[in-house]
Amino acid sequence: MAISIDAGPVVAKPAEGWQSVVADVSSDQRAFKGVPWGKPMMWIFLVSDTFIFGSFLISYMTVRASTTVPWPSPSEVFGLELFGRNVPLLLIAIMTFVLISSSGTMALAVNYGYRRDRKTTFALLLATAALGATFVGMQAFEWTKLILEGVRPWGNPWGAPQFGSTFFMITGFHGTHVTIGVIFLLIVATKVRRGDLDAQRPGFLTGRRGNYEIVETMGLYWHFVDLVWVFIFAFFYLW
Amino acid sequence: MDHAEHPHDVHGGSHPVGQQHPLGIYFKIWGLLFVLSAASYLVDYFDVQGVLRWFLIVVFMLLKAGLIVSVFMHMVWERLALVYAILVPPLLLVTLLGIGALEAGYTHLARGTFFAPAAEPAVAAPAHAK
Repeated sequence: MAISIDAGPVVAKPAEGWQSVVADVSSDQRAFKGVPWGKPMMWIFLVSDTFIFGSFLISYMTVRASTTVPWPSPSEVFGLELFGRNVPLLLIAIMTFVLISSSGTMALAVNYGYRRDRKTTFALLLATAALGATFVGMQAFEWTKLILEGVRPWGNPWGAPQFGSTFFMITGFHGTHVTIGVIFLLIVATKVRRGDLDAQRPGFLTGRRGNYEIVETMGLYWHFVDLVWVFIFAFFYLW
Repeated sequence: MDHAEHPHDVHGGSHPVGQQHPLGIYFKIWGLLFVLSAASYLVDYFDVQGVLRWFLIVVFMLLKAGLIVSVFMHMVWERLALVYAILVPPLLLVTLLGIGALEAGYTHLARGTFFAPAAEPAVAAPAHAK
């Protein structure tokens, strides 16, 4: 228990560069020396999620590039009437800025977490959750608008029916991730506020002691949701 | 022994642990992401078309993705073995994407030849090509 990585002969001078890769991969018991277990676990989940989103975007690309029926112009479909003028893609642009800002507050929350600043960490996590909820709210507005205009998973009024199916599938799956993230954020925020992480109280359904690494793990998930939106923004809305 | 990876558990946080970096870098990246998003929005606002549109969209997208992964997700500060374990699989996925893009053009050509509506000439430019 009392062995730490900077305590004497247990760990020699850490290897660097490629030698560190060899040392990590060939090391007994652990592949990533000095990396807390929660981090690679979250990363492995995110890589698997990357493949799911990748499959969606690849199938979207395939149907869009191969259909001979005209594809609706996202620029116009997602435009908003503002001061009697149609501004292209306005809602999506605002959603993008909201999500990027939530990533900013999340990054700061991780930093303040490691500084053991409970109040600021809690406030930043709450701000992140609020921005995430705003994003989901705007997406609900977008979905309502499109459904009222007649977009369905099997068709749309402006051309290729695949537009409907890929739109609901891709944005729906992303929105689900944001929603789960907001719930996850509120749980972590509660733990921070109650001091569960400082007192190392084990969480629900686990015997492991709580610590501030879960804020970083939470952050990895949240930044990933923002990352996926970067690709959706480019491939679905700007294409 | 299995708690050796959490040195602060036993030291009570007396020395820096985890990913701790100056706050300034996060604000800089935040600002850059705003600028890049605004730039890609302007591509659409000014209705840039053709190869230039694709070039700009993809460049801004990759820069944003790179900034998020490297700084917000701390990838530049991670152990190299972890970095490769995470980045190599998606890079393989990009290869699949490239193959798919090539194949999609071929499929479109075949569909244009055999399934295009009679009113439309078979050689009509694909809708996505603008």
